[in-house]
Amino acid sequence: MANETGIGAAVKRKEDARFITGAGRYTDDIGAHGQTYAVFARSPHARAKLNGLDSGAALATEGVVAVFTGADLQADGIGDLPCGWTVHSKDGEPMVVPAHPPIAVDKVNYVGEPYAVVIGESLEAAKNGAEALEADFEELPAVVDLASAASADQIHENVPNNQTYDWELGDKAATDAAFAEAHHISTLEIVNNRLIPNAIEPRAALGEYDAASGLYTLHTTSQNPHLERLVLAAFVQIAPEARLRVISPDVGGGFGSKIFVYAEETAVIWAAGKLRRPVKWRAERSESFLADAHGRDHVTKAELALAEDGTFLGLRVKTLANMGAYLSTFASSVPTYLYGTLMAGQYKTPAIYVEVQSLFTNTAPVDAYRGAGRPEATYVLERIVETAAREMGIDPAELRRRNFIAPSDFPYETPVALTYDTGDYEASLAKALEHADYAGFGARKAASEAAGKKRGIGFSCYIEACGLAPSQVAISLGAGVGLFEVGEVRVDVTGSVTVVTGSHSHGQSHETTFAQIISDRLGVPFENVTVLHGDTGRSDYALGTYGSRSLAVGGSALIKATDKIIAKGKKIAAHMLEAEEEKVDFADGTFTVADSNQSLTFPEVAFAAYVPANYPLEELEPGLSEKAFYDPPNFTYPAGAHICEVEIDPATGVVDITSFVAVDDFGHVVNPMIVEGQVHGGLAQGIGQALLEHGVYDETGQLVSGSYMDYTMPRADDLPSFTVDTTVTPCTHNPLGVKGCGEAGAIGSTAAVMNAVTNALGVASVPMPATPETVWRAAQA
Amino acid sequence: MEQTGEYTVPASRERVWEALNDPEVLERCVEGCRSMTVTGEGEFEAVVAAKVGPVKATFTAAIELHDVIAPESYRLQVGVKGGAAGFAKGSAAVQLAECSGDETRLTYHIEGSIGGKLAQIGSRLVQAAARKMAASFFERFAVDIGRSQGV
Repeated sequence: MANETGIGAAVKRKEDARFITGAGRYTDDIGAHGQTYAVFARSPHARAKLNGLDSGAALATEGVVAVFTGADLQADGIGDLPCGWTVHSKDGEPMVVPAHPPIAVDKVNYVGEPYAVVIGESLEAAKNGAEALEADFEELPAVVDLASAASADQIHENVPNNQTYDWELGDKAATDAAFAEAHHISTLEIVNNRLIPNAIEPRAALGEYDAASGLYTLHTTSQNPHLERLVLAAFVQIAPEARLRVISPDVGGGFGSKIFVYAEETAVIWAAGKLRRPVKWRAERSESFLADAHGRDHVTKAELALAEDGTFLGLRVKTLANMGAYLSTFASSVPTYLYGTLMAGQYKTPAIYVEVQSLFTNTAPVDAYRGAGRPEATYVLERIVETAAREMGIDPAELRRRNFIAPSDFPYETPVALTYDTGDYEASLAKALEHADYAGFGARKAASEAAGKKRGIGFSCYIEACGLAPSQVAISLGAGVGLFEVGEVRVDVTGSVTVVTGSHSHGQSHETTFAQIISDRLGVPFENVTVLHGDTGRSDYALGTYGSRSLAVGGSALIKATDKIIAKGKKIAAHMLEAEEEKVDFADGTFTVADSNQSLTFPEVAFAAYVPANYPLEELEPGLSEKAFYDPPNFTYPAGAHICEVEIDPATGVVDITSFVAVDDFGHVVNPMIVEGQVHGGLAQGIGQALLEHGVYDETGQLVSGSYMDYTMPRADDLPSFTVDTTVTPCTHNPLGVKGCGEAGAIGSTAAVMNAVTNALGVASVPMPATPETVWRAAQA
Repeated sequence: MEQTGEYTVPASRERVWEALNDPEVLERCVEGCRSMTVTGEGEFEAVVAAKVGPVKATFTAAIELHDVIAPESYRLQVGVKGGAAGFAKGSAAVQLAECSGDETRLTYHIEGSIGGKLAQIGSRLVQAAARKMAASFFERFAVDIGRSQGV
């Protein structure tokens, strides 16, 4: 149905009507009769023993219902918060995992770690109660600096050298041999700055317990309600999955930070059962800064070996990754399987060796943040490629071209464990160069120089791996969960369609794009398709949304279910039209019989399925509702070329992005307007990392960038009007030929900006964020 | 955090020294002070309601006097607890010098650190808040000491 609402159409988002009129229904909008309010007491110290906690005055505070400590949860059999991916060290040993009680028991390890929860009749009462708690902390020296963390005080009793694992990937001997033959070696030492996610909606939870049924219901801001339920049931041991329903209603942004299972919703749902009263919690913004998992935070040394003609011979990368104080839900996988595996990029580098040591510090846990490992990998690779180009005097676009994997090389097996199915990197770069008017750069630079400004241009040709897969491979590498998705297509009696997806939309627009797919495939009017998501009570076990997987994996599950609907519909139609099933065709919402003028509309078949007056009951069950699980055979590999041009005023250090071009290959595009929006958001975050954002702890472990006075979010006037375009090589292994677009902007852009800034300044390296002060200092040197 | 300040007080050095060691005077002069109690030899406990930027709380300060050279100088060791607002700790070296006329020049040098919400939200504001508190203290102190001298 090639109409204005089908696949490929820029349909306006169904969701927006409610969002822009204030009718969205977020967790904090939901209330329960007789609800109480939770306030968490958080450690003001980065590292301390908790020698005692006097809750007498708190309990005596008017309106305080209860005070619960870590010991209370432990005494009730509440387990630790687990990390879902077991990474193995070079020596084959599994990673070392410290205990991670939801509420600290006898020690605290980062500023903001909860050590008690106070429940009050009102928020104010709970706050007053928390204020009245008297905790006896014995301060210990904090481990803050990542570079020296391995030789600092040991934070966890069972974790020597503060190291959870020392991981490697690739062929060390082959890489060393490549370096021995190199004509030129480029070296780069870089820091990937810590970011604080800052979703527009803070995390929140409402826990309820129904004593009559023994059923727990948790409304929470999760990207992944089934994972939340699984962890709360299997590890934390709140209740069996069958007695625990997790609902993620409208969620205002996640960027990864809402995948993880946190202390707060764990304590809230437990306390609701304990008190037999609903318990509500919503983070204040300052709590979000302290207690949401942060992102990035790597220290890396990279070396690239090149032949005389610029051919890449080998790449060596050694990274220290900050885990923060505990292992968050997927923390271990981010700097390993989502990072080291991406080091081939778009290039035919024959030998690659990556080492990653992940260390604990007395800072907030670090986990996946938009791009998760892939922005870090792209930053390393695209910065060092640009560095090599400058050192060897080869045009950076040309150096990339010389090393690109060619369209004829696919499927291409990298030396770092991935097999790319398809791509055309040259095409994206060529289109981007044209949009950026690369040929005219020299003249623009001269004009800037004449005006006392410094102009620079920077490239980033990124690859990413989306739709983490397949389950079998990931599980063999240590993943604790499968990586499939479920989709259900319920055709209603009158032919409208209700879709239930296991993916979760917290800004991705599933209600629109998934409706487009169904409308396109079944020929049902777009407005007659309703998409439901985010409720373990509605959908089968699913894996939720992360890693740009919703369309590639969740959409594919829906296509599989839709294929089943069509197959069953054909059988029903064949019976009703007294035709052979093989001769029934379905297109544009109509079942037709070959070589005849007989036909039935989709609603007619649906009606027959539910009102089986003339229906083959002996051959077919009534009803028209199908479900499918889809486990992808491979990752998808979106890729693209980003080109950033900047003009710097050396007198002020202010970086002005004069143009930013992103040409991405996402495979087929369902809704180009939504894709463009996703790219815009990703670019803003990537540029934010490059120029503005920085999560900073002082030497005592205090978070000093803990509010918007000190943590700079990108604003509209920090960003140019982006030029966004696409090229298309369809994914070869999913039914829609789609790859995923959610993270690309954040993955590709950071390196492009920093390549442009260093190009403008004529320096090898500038630390991120390239604030006016940093740039000004570099410009003076 | 470090801060240095200097004030001239219209009273003799002995009188200033005496007043600085009088919990009742201190209670009157510290803005927002709810109580100031002697807890031991050279030890005080102060309860003070204060505001640092958006962080407003009641702070309990344990103060110890060290290196006392009457009436010239001492060092205050201070630990401040603000519950959910966080904490502060540090020391203040105080020196009194006789000036011409019946005046005393007081100089102080504070070294300290802050933690919790104070650091998270107030790190840029705490210097200004400390300076404001000091200014307010010495303004009141000068008036108070003048009144007690019948000036």
